[in-house]
Amino acid sequence: MTPELGHFALILAFVVALIQGILPLIGAQRNHGQWVALARPAAQTQFLLIAFAFACLAHGFLNNDFSVAYIAHHSNTQLPTLYRFSAVWGGHEGSLLLWVLMLAGWAAAVSVSSRHLPETMVARVLAVLGLVSIGLLAFVLFTSNPFDRLLPAPAEGRDLNPLLQDPGLVFHPPMLYMGYVGFSVAFAFAIAALISGRLDAAWARWSRPWTTAAWVFLTLGIALGSWWAYYELGWGGWWFWDPVENASFLPWLVGTALIHSLAVTEKRGSFKNWTVLLAIAAFSLSLLGTFLVRSGVLTSVHAFATDPRRGVFILILLAIVVGGSLLLFAWRAPKVHAGGNSGLFSRETLLLMNNVLLVVAAGSVLLGTLYPLLIDALNMGKLSVGPPYFNAVFVPIMVPLLLLVGIGPLARWKHADLKDITARLRVAAVLAVLAGIALPKLMGEWSALTALGCLIAVWITASGVFQIIERLQRGGGLKSAPASFWGMHLAHFGLAVFVIGVTMVGGYQEEKDVRMAPGDTVSVGGYSFRLIGIKEARGPNYLATVGTVELSQDGRVLKNMHPEKRRYLSSSMPMTEAAIDAGFTRDVYVSLGEPLDKPGEKTGAWSVRVYYKPFIDWIWGGCIFMGLGGVLAMLDRRYRIRVKSAETVAETVMSKGTVAGTPA
Amino acid sequence: MKRFLIPLGAFVVLVIFLAIGLTRDPRDVPSPLKDKPAPAFSLPQLGSDKAFSPADMQGRVWLLNVWASWCVSCRQEHPILVAFAKSGNTPIVGLNYKDQIPDAKKWLADFGDPYVLSAVDADGRVGINYGVYGVPETYVIDKAGVIRLKHTGPVTADSLKNQILPLVAALNK
Repeated sequence: MTPELGHFALILAFVVALIQGILPLIGAQRNHGQWVALARPAAQTQFLLIAFAFACLAHGFLNNDFSVAYIAHHSNTQLPTLYRFSAVWGGHEGSLLLWVLMLAGWAAAVSVSSRHLPETMVARVLAVLGLVSIGLLAFVLFTSNPFDRLLPAPAEGRDLNPLLQDPGLVFHPPMLYMGYVGFSVAFAFAIAALISGRLDAAWARWSRPWTTAAWVFLTLGIALGSWWAYYELGWGGWWFWDPVENASFLPWLVGTALIHSLAVTEKRGSFKNWTVLLAIAAFSLSLLGTFLVRSGVLTSVHAFATDPRRGVFILILLAIVVGGSLLLFAWRAPKVHAGGNSGLFSRETLLLMNNVLLVVAAGSVLLGTLYPLLIDALNMGKLSVGPPYFNAVFVPIMVPLLLLVGIGPLARWKHADLKDITARLRVAAVLAVLAGIALPKLMGEWSALTALGCLIAVWITASGVFQIIERLQRGGGLKSAPASFWGMHLAHFGLAVFVIGVTMVGGYQEEKDVRMAPGDTVSVGGYSFRLIGIKEARGPNYLATVGTVELSQDGRVLKNMHPEKRRYLSSSMPMTEAAIDAGFTRDVYVSLGEPLDKPGEKTGAWSVRVYYKPFIDWIWGGCIFMGLGGVLAMLDRRYRIRVKSAETVAETVMSKGTVAGTPA
Repeated sequence: MKRFLIPLGAFVVLVIFLAIGLTRDPRDVPSPLKDKPAPAFSLPQLGSDKAFSPADMQGRVWLLNVWASWCVSCRQEHPILVAFAKSGNTPIVGLNYKDQIPDAKKWLADFGDPYVLSAVDADGRVGINYGVYGVPETYVIDKAGVIRLKHTGPVTADSLKNQILPLVAALNK
């Protein structure tokens, strides 16, 4: 019964989405106050209905209702409760349900925290979100219904993919989806602005906190995914340029560009068309990512069962949403006036360079991701594009971008003084060069790449610190600077921390792949690992082989580590659980490979992989700082101030449409 | 006006490529075993003391279907296999993969037995030789014992009619 209720709630949500997507849009155009007023309650109702459907599916999972096909495919009675809950989004149908839940959630959030916005603007924004929701709900209902029954019900379910049975995976998809889907709000603001013709500073200011919020979730979601891959896949890597990782990274790159270009539009009224295009692009790439992951056109470790009909459906959806927005853009954008002029060297120019670099980086990642598909479509064979391409193309684009981070915030709007900036950055530059020379030496071996990484990190940090000091010297104390100032510097500092992590791991990690029998010792990065023994153990839904490895440094025993090799009972899939000793300046990482005894032998030897990973946790630490920076920026007071009365008047005049000769 | 159409134009090109991409199957990486002799093995038969080896099927076109009682997708393809077996078109040999014998027997008793026989691959070693990627999988093997097709995932009415049957008919000529 519960699954049917959930299904019914989804159908109702679809109907509500139709209302939300169509009536307020017409109302805003024709000035029907009642139709405009429908937007908010419709968005909230839709959210409640989808949340109810989601709860029904979760209820089915928690109660092992295997008469629902989706649950039978992704759960099992032996599965621990936490994973039975996270299994709700462990497969295609459920993850799409999560997608529409998030979309409705963002729309509901806009509906409750937009009291200070003009009613017609809110109506249009919610209507655009409603239109997107119509498409996705239709996708769920017609091709991917999570509530389909499987009768007769099997006694036992197939179990959740063991790779996904991990705490990191409980939070990774929701965070990532919050980010992905969150760009729909920036998108909806952009489309609403294009429809109304009001592309101005106010529009940019309304979009900014929402864009930043989505960006924060996406940043943390990607970081969680990377952290999960690091400790769960047992290869010790943190980024693989896998198509699905790229699918989440593309909207991040364009979203980062969007955040910076919105700043220009808000403060200077320029870049309007460019900003709108970026807002459309960020959400389009989120949709493209969903298409790539869900249609199975690209092979990836993430691609599970796929169905060609779904691919066709979501491609049509993509074509309508993105094609429609770009058509609207081509129609309306030529009428938008360019904003204020600015000098050749100004903060605008620097931010434009930031945007160009980020977009070029996104373009090169997109090309690398789609290249196998293009080649196949042109009948030129099958191939795959791997990390060498991405590293060779991506890193050179990032270097000038990272150097710009140190300069941009210093430059004035409109007209910046090159001499003044050079003078203010002199000390930071000297420190950066010194760091580039000295830090790699301290770590052991000097190389150009590690020197460059250290130089960039210190450059960003030092120039940020000097700017903060300058600001404080102007008086007024910590409170005088707005939250967005602190947010920006914190995020940039996060970037520096991240660069240190990437540089140190790339330059100084050590790994060994060895045969070890109990009693054997191997050393890596100044640490010794002694295999003490290997024994069998049993988990809730798996059998495990657990190794005990004694970690010591300079003859002093630090701790025992327990890498595991698990075999999940329901799928007999072997999984590696690495043992990691995490530290501020380094991780040591042990994972079990395969038993090496031939039949008849009893040495108990295994292949064992040990890693020494300096500063690797800084990679994710940096991401956390970036995310916190975003949160600070969002909290800036100016986003909470009500629209100035002049704007309100302008809006009422606009919405009356043809009122002629109103005295200004 | 024209330059504002550039993003739309680029997007249209992208959609065309994605649409072509959809018609291809990235998993359709030609199986290394395709057009190679089926790996030899000798395994006990489910519910009998006799052994089975692919050589026993020499001179006939046959299907090797990898299945297990714990596999939910096998349940999905099973009615199609049962109906196909009734047509008597082509013998299907089951490879019971990493399964418990009582469970496997009960499964066949409950849902019907489309197989002329099922070989028991309890530890999955034969599966490794055949490159079993996920259960269910179906192989079409010709009269000379050469693998002519590997179908990954459940056999559907569609794939049976458009992929497997035409090939079997051609091989039987």
